[in-house]
Amino acid sequence: MQKILNWIDARFPLTALWESQWGKYVAPKNFNFWYYFGSLAAFVLVLQIVTGIVLTMNYKPDAARAFESVEYIMRDVEWGWLIRYMHSTGASMFFIVVYLHMFRGLMYGSYRKPRELTWIFGCLIYLTLMGEAFFGYLLPWGQMSYWGAQVIVNLFATVPFIGEGLSQWIRGDYTISDITLNRFFAFHVAAFPLLLVGLVAAHLMALHETGSNNPDGIEIKQQPKDPKTGLPLDGIYSHPYYTYKDLVGVVVFLAVFSVIVFFVPDMGGYFLEANNYVPANPLQTPEHIAPVWYFTPFYAILRAVPSKLLPFLPATQFFGVVAMGAAVMLFFALPWLDRGKVKSIRYRGTLYKSWLAAFVIAFLILGYLGVVPVTVWGQFKEGLPLIGGADKATVVARVLTVVYFLFFLLMPWYTARDKTKPVPERVTW
Amino acid sequence: MNKFAFLVAALLFAGTDAALASGGADLRMEPAPVNRLDVASLQRGARNFTNYCLNCHSAKFMRYQRLTGLGIDASMVQDNLMFATSKIGDPMIAAMTPADAKAFFGVVPPDLSVEAHVRGSDWLYNYFLGFYRDDKSVSGWNNLVFPNVAMPHVAWQLQGAGRLVETEYEDHEKAIAAVIAVKGLAKLEPAKGGKWIVQTIEQDPDAPGTLTPVQYQLWVADLVNYLDFMAEPDKNKRISLGIIVLIYLGVLFAFAYALKRSYWKDLH
Repeated sequence: MQKILNWIDARFPLTALWESQWGKYVAPKNFNFWYYFGSLAAFVLVLQIVTGIVLTMNYKPDAARAFESVEYIMRDVEWGWLIRYMHSTGASMFFIVVYLHMFRGLMYGSYRKPRELTWIFGCLIYLTLMGEAFFGYLLPWGQMSYWGAQVIVNLFATVPFIGEGLSQWIRGDYTISDITLNRFFAFHVAAFPLLLVGLVAAHLMALHETGSNNPDGIEIKQQPKDPKTGLPLDGIYSHPYYTYKDLVGVVVFLAVFSVIVFFVPDMGGYFLEANNYVPANPLQTPEHIAPVWYFTPFYAILRAVPSKLLPFLPATQFFGVVAMGAAVMLFFALPWLDRGKVKSIRYRGTLYKSWLAAFVIAFLILGYLGVVPVTVWGQFKEGLPLIGGADKATVVARVLTVVYFLFFLLMPWYTARDKTKPVPERVTW
Repeated sequence: MNKFAFLVAALLFAGTDAALASGGADLRMEPAPVNRLDVASLQRGARNFTNYCLNCHSAKFMRYQRLTGLGIDASMVQDNLMFATSKIGDPMIAAMTPADAKAFFGVVPPDLSVEAHVRGSDWLYNYFLGFYRDDKSVSGWNNLVFPNVAMPHVAWQLQGAGRLVETEYEDHEKAIAAVIAVKGLAKLEPAKGGKWIVQTIEQDPDAPGTLTPVQYQLWVADLVNYLDFMAEPDKNKRISLGIIVLIYLGVLFAFAYALKRSYWKDLH
């Protein structure tokens, strides 16, 4: 065995690669619950790729046959229903895991120097994942697939001057059609998975270069070395410690995942929408079009921005589209917006904690508002100043949109001004 | 922190306020008495479906073969349930062509393969109980759950004819009380002057069906049970497999956790 390994190592840095990326990678020993979601995201990515490949063997990217081929998978392909439910559940779980992973980054300041590039690669992964999910959602060719894609591609049509051409270029047609389905299939099964895998590799390489952050935000690389092991005082090897810890995480994740796949694959219409069991019909617009839950906070922001933003500007949805784009893109700027003296929420003051709480609440409620029609809470009474007669949900969404943006835009101010606690020398554990 | 507390309070207030005001029409449905494990009910449902629905509606993703999964053997399926084809591997295609359907009803009846996914069992159950006589409609029928539906009441000989009963109530509270008293399908609609109208369906005593009301409800329940089965024929297999998978994961967790602990115990 060792001989074979030596032979390979003389020609390809297999051992070196394994040791630098995992085997001898030194990580802080105090990772808590929140640190499971990185390895889980990688696990879900593999799950999606494997189930996706099997689905591709029976799916037909053809507007006339796509819907029926999904039902064929569900009924006539051996275990097809299991593979398909795993893939549809996996899509939503990917976002759940990634959102929790990102929230971990926010809490413990994982985006701060020296991990800016790890964070940026992460943001790019998130963007790619959104694209991947969007393209994939068209493939079952149900009513929601069709009209969801129609709505999102039409967002590009709001860009001044070039919008109409741009949206046609994306669709390859005047409306969502067989041509669009084919190119979305190409993006979903080839282009974006390749991009995702590449970005994940870059994300991990950057992380393993700087070393991991931890719930205390202490740089273990700056600690004195343990004379016996030669490792930083609070550092341990990823293998075997985190290999086996993450394995426990994977088993727990699989239990949650299985509960959904086997007992509630539709998740009450959130993972698989009822309307998507109706084949796409270009002539019949559904009464209520909402994107899948993971896009809804941004969709709520889009709807919250008035088309007539300022009196001297023309009325256009473009402002909403810009706000929606900005809401995602602002994450990239975090490493430079945060001017706090400490990384971790454990040593931050009330200011940062309050803003983070407000941000999370705004994100969640916007997520809810993006699912429901704007009339959900009724209207304010006529005659009230400013808000008279307006949909309550829209007004709330506007307030929360402002909160969402202020979290980022005021960050340089409140993080610098926050009363922080001193960071200890050693990690808490 | 104050700003945050204010926000939460404002949102909570907005929520309760909306719940109290409840403006629009409201359909109160009866839960469908279906049981995915009741094989006899599923068999009767398959009979009801092939005899009453399949003339106009297709279920093109459902093969007749699948009915053998309900404990009906292949020869029985072929002799009693297949009217439009002789090959048991064929999907369920309506006897009526889509062009004829368009001419007769103005619309092609939707494929019912996955209709239970789209509507849900409760909706379907109440839909079949929701037909009433309406002279203004083309087919002579209307439906409380699906107003102005093009489909006539196919099972009217079984149920008999229903009549729409509209009662006006002074306020929302009295109307809600009336809806509760109905203990079944009822529709609540706002009327002029803050009044509310409750719509229910009453059996026309002059046009009884061949089944009693309870027998008809069971007939519908069987049909809905079958529609739910047809939407996902592997559902029972999925659920029973899920239990085994979870037990397996429970055992795996015990081992994985013990392994993790044995490695981590020397860390201080």
